[in-house]
Amino acid sequence: MADPMKIRAKVQGDVAEIRVLMGHPMETGQRKDALGEVVPPHFIQNITAKVNGKVVLEGQIGTAVSRNPVFTFKVKGAKAGDKVSVAWTDNKGEQRSDEATIE
Amino acid sequence: MNPLRRTLLKSSAATGAMIAASAVGLLSVQNVLAAEWNKSAFEAKTAADAVNSLGAATAANSADLVIKAPDIAENGAVVPIDLISNIPNTESLSVLVDNNPLPLAGSFSFANGAVPMVGVRLKLAKSSTIKVVAKAGGKFYSASKEIKVTVGGCGG
Repeated sequence: MADPMKIRAKVQGDVAEIRVLMGHPMETGQRKDALGEVVPPHFIQNITAKVNGKVVLEGQIGTAVSRNPVFTFKVKGAKAGDKVSVAWTDNKGEQRSDEATIE
Repeated sequence: MNPLRRTLLKSSAATGAMIAASAVGLLSVQNVLAAEWNKSAFEAKTAADAVNSLGAATAANSADLVIKAPDIAENGAVVPIDLISNIPNTESLSVLVDNNPLPLAGSFSFANGAVPMVGVRLKLAKSSTIKVVAKAGGKFYSASKEIKVTVGGCGG
C-alpha cells in the first residue's frame, strides 16, 4: 500500500484551498538505472477529489508530473467541517484514497 | 463519476462481455471512454498530436488563461506551475510541455463549485514552452509560456 496522502484544506473567504501531496515514484519509463536497464513506467493516471461526496476535480495525469505529486485547487462554497476525499489510481492498478476535514 | 459505470468497467475486464456489448452498439463507446485515461493523448510524442487527441486543434489564443510559473527553473525535476482560467464556464484545463518526450502532463476537469485553477509540479526534460489548453462552453482556448531549465528533469 502506498503512503497516505497529506491533505490540507483551509477556508479563505468563500473559497476553500485544498492541497494534496501524494507519495508516488512517478517513474516515466524513460529513465535508466545504474545498470543501464530501463526503469519500467509506474505513475498515477487518474485522480479524483470530492467535497462531501460530490466530485469537484477529476484529473488525468501523465509521466511529466513530478515525483510525489502535489496538487492545489480551490472550491467555492466549501465550508469548514466539510469532508474532502481524494483518490488516485496508477498504471499498475494500485490505488489509494484518503480523507480530511476542511479547516 | 458514475460508480455503477466503474463497477461495470471493472467487471468487463474479467468477462469481456461489456466490450462485446459496446462493439454492437448497446453502449455508447464515447461515454464509456470519457472518464478513462486518454491513452492516445498521453502517449502522443508531439504537443500538436496531443492537442489533436484532446480534440483541441482549433484552440484560440486567450489572454484570460494565466500560467504562473518561474521564468527560469533551476531544477527541471520539480517545476511548480499554477494554471488559472478566467474564462467563464471553464470545464477543463490541460497542460503540455512541448519539449518533453511525452508532452501532455495532465488534464483536469472541474465541477460542483471547483474554481478553474490547479497547481501542479511538473518535470521538464529541458527548456520548453508550457502550453495550457482550456475548454469552456464547448470551445477551446490556449496560452503558453517559456520556461528555461538549467538542470533537466530526466537525469539517470
